[in-house]
Amino acid sequence: MVNPTTRERASVQELIAKAGNNKRKKAIEKIIPVILFLIAGVSVLTTIGIVATLIFETVTFFRQVPILSFIFGTEWLPFSNKEAKFGILPLIAGTLKITLIAVIVAVPIGLAAAIYLSEYASDTARRIIKPVLEVLAGVPTIVYGFFALTFVTPVLQTIIPDLKIFNALSPGIVVGFMIIPMIASLSEDAMSAVPNAMREGALAMGATKFEVAIKVVLPAALSGILASVVLATSRAIGETMIVSLAGGSTPRFDANFTDSVQTMTAYIVQVSTGDAGYGTPIYYSIYAVGFTLFLFTLLMNFLASRITKRFREAY
Amino acid sequence: MVQLMNRTETEAVVSPPEAPVREAAKPVVYDTKQLNLWYGSHHALKNIDLPIRENEVTAIIGPSGCGKSTYIKTLNRMVELVDGVRTSGEILYRGRNIFDAKYSVEELRTRVGMVFQKPNPFPKSIYDNIAYGPRIHGIKNKKILDEIVEQSLRGAAIWDEVKDRLNTNAYSLSGGQQQRICIARALAIEPDVILMDEPTSALDPISTLKVEELVQELKENYSIIIVTHNMQQAARISDKTAFFLNGEVIEFDHTDKIFQNPADQRTEDYISGRFG
Amino acid sequence: MRITEQQPGVSKRYIDPDSVTKRMDGRKVINTVFRSLFFMATLVALLVLGILFYRILSQGLGFLSAEFFQNFASRIPEKAGIKAALVGSLWLMAVVAPVSMFLGIGTAIYLEEYAKKNRINDLIRMNISNLAGVPSVVFGLLGLTIFVRALALGNSILAAGFTMSLLILPVIIVAAQEAIRAVPQDVREASYGMGATKWQTIVRVVLPSAIPGILTGSILALSRAVGETAPLIVIGVPVIIHFLPTGVTDTFTALPMQIYDWAKRPQADFQQVASAGIIVLMAFLLFMNSIAVLIRNKFQKRY
Repeated sequence: MVNPTTRERASVQELIAKAGNNKRKKAIEKIIPVILFLIAGVSVLTTIGIVATLIFETVTFFRQVPILSFIFGTEWLPFSNKEAKFGILPLIAGTLKITLIAVIVAVPIGLAAAIYLSEYASDTARRIIKPVLEVLAGVPTIVYGFFALTFVTPVLQTIIPDLKIFNALSPGIVVGFMIIPMIASLSEDAMSAVPNAMREGALAMGATKFEVAIKVVLPAALSGILASVVLATSRAIGETMIVSLAGGSTPRFDANFTDSVQTMTAYIVQVSTGDAGYGTPIYYSIYAVGFTLFLFTLLMNFLASRITKRFREAY
Repeated sequence: MVQLMNRTETEAVVSPPEAPVREAAKPVVYDTKQLNLWYGSHHALKNIDLPIRENEVTAIIGPSGCGKSTYIKTLNRMVELVDGVRTSGEILYRGRNIFDAKYSVEELRTRVGMVFQKPNPFPKSIYDNIAYGPRIHGIKNKKILDEIVEQSLRGAAIWDEVKDRLNTNAYSLSGGQQQRICIARALAIEPDVILMDEPTSALDPISTLKVEELVQELKENYSIIIVTHNMQQAARISDKTAFFLNGEVIEFDHTDKIFQNPADQRTEDYISGRFG
Repeated sequence: MRITEQQPGVSKRYIDPDSVTKRMDGRKVINTVFRSLFFMATLVALLVLGILFYRILSQGLGFLSAEFFQNFASRIPEKAGIKAALVGSLWLMAVVAPVSMFLGIGTAIYLEEYAKKNRINDLIRMNISNLAGVPSVVFGLLGLTIFVRALALGNSILAAGFTMSLLILPVIIVAAQEAIRAVPQDVREASYGMGATKWQTIVRVVLPSAIPGILTGSILALSRAVGETAPLIVIGVPVIIHFLPTGVTDTFTALPMQIYDWAKRPQADFQQVASAGIIVLMAFLLFMNSIAVLIRNKFQKRY
């Protein structure tokens, strides 16, 4: 090899050869991927930990309480002095009430906001509104819960005099507000992904922006929008603090929205803040409820990923 | 193009002749023997034989998709960054087969520098860009690093332009300057061979000229292999030219011979602009 | 837009220009109406945020005094302070930040730089997106069983910190993955071309470029951990604490726990104390978010 210039020091290649830490380098190259793989394994271990914990403790629970009376029971009276009853249906009913109201509130508003942002808003408007939605998404749920209890419920009571302090309506609405940013931003992503050429094609034939949004963009982005709604529903099902603070703690198996309710999550919180002794049926019941909750959200997430996969847009 | 492909099938059996000896032949740096390469099921390089000599500029030309970039990336095994690449045959670098299991790619790439299509400086200071190579290979002495940086920047004919702002981010430079920084970065480990993969394709004409002049200077001390889709560039700066088509070497000869009196009809068609 | 001129030489027309024009007005009205509807819906979301902030500020500002930061929890609203909770939340961050970022960035590097396409790695990827959908209260059950009981950490900072770290792990992984993916392939190639090993390339080229994105995402994830309440309740983090923790194995309380306790109390005064606590919590989050935004703006668009 020819060196460009003559100089007193050795050539770089010679210096490199002298520095020669190849063995160490090779060892590092071998060890690092293994270490990183183990780190990546933590997330899998977490899932395994969650599933194993839930199953294990739930099985213990079913040794004390028959599984059928849990699944089909319409009475949830764990603290009863006479005969405790562990029928999950009232808690599921409570969860579904909250979720239903939340979805009814969030889907129209979230979708409208998404359409506005993706199809109508100017860049400036988008630059202001999107961060605000992000803030809305970043508000801790405990704050929303406090808001539901101290503001939304009193306001609703002036409209519906029958409304109790703890009810399904107020936390349901607030959970709805909580998931609006999720629906809005995920749906907007889906709509923004629709190629402009499709919009231009319709606009060039004289379609109005509204027609483009409803007849071109919405159908094209449907899978993304559906997935966003399903994911948001899953969030609503798992929401804890809003319902704990504003929903109350009365498990009831009915379609009453104005009285105190209890969701699965709120029950877990109720037991955790109380002093249920370790090893009692009440202690194990939170795992059985947690497991049920986990299955619900898992199903939702699975559904969302199926929707995105199945209807992946072809553009 | 399709017709040409069919013709290739029959004539490719004749492996391209080594460039005829006009002067005392310089030693061979890179000797490619019966190299085949597949991306998955796509046969990208077919029976390549190519002896590349020391202290020459060897240009590789051909239409897009002919395998010229693939070939130059095979020379320092960068092509293996793509999943599903398989090779057969051998490439001898200074007599050692680079596909040999004992030959580490890092060692090979320390000896063989590369300049890429798009200027790709690191988002670091100019100084850190140049010092990157020496540093990763264990040179820590600040004084020696300073020396190497200056010498490499001088070698890439950009020292005067940047000597007062060695600590600014390399991205603040123009595209042409960035590319010369990238050349300086490659020079910093004093490689034996420099591979250049269309180094001027993203540059304006004036920057291109500067890089071409630089290549001419560098050839005194380095063996240079340059891929270009610009035939005039090949004619201007190279000593030898290899014409690639559909993954095969159609012709390999002295550059003036290729451009003035090509042996193969397809070479003539290509350089006269009938396709490509 | 209007089609008014009759084209000469066309014998039969399928489109009657007059009716198109007539219908056009209606369509334009619909467009305008819906445009305002969509805009108003967006405004509703913003309005809610506005009311929420106004309510909390107007209720809580009066209780924000120096004493509020110096006092521990109390049964008397006027004497209730947030000291233990604020310090506890800081301790919690001191555990969650290093643990979650170490795990999150490590996983992201593995997935982006090393993982080949195979079943195990597909499983890891799928698992992460599923984990992101697990309700936080369920993470609390995991923490209660594994960290509090099995590893006997009790309701310590460490137990809560580990639980929170796992909770925000998916968010950090995804943010770090995106940041790493945004580093252009060609600077990696430049590094390999110099004879750098993979790990050298990652440490010296990829990570320095990706770190702003990773930090931004991580801080946003951490701010989620600051505001989470449910896992802390399930783990059994207490509320009334009259001392400051001195180490990670000490028991503690945190801002959202304290707020939850105040919000539940029936006395009206405690609602104002809760509002004051929320102001502190939100200021804490706002501070973290501004740092994240600052980092994002400072390092945006370098390629």
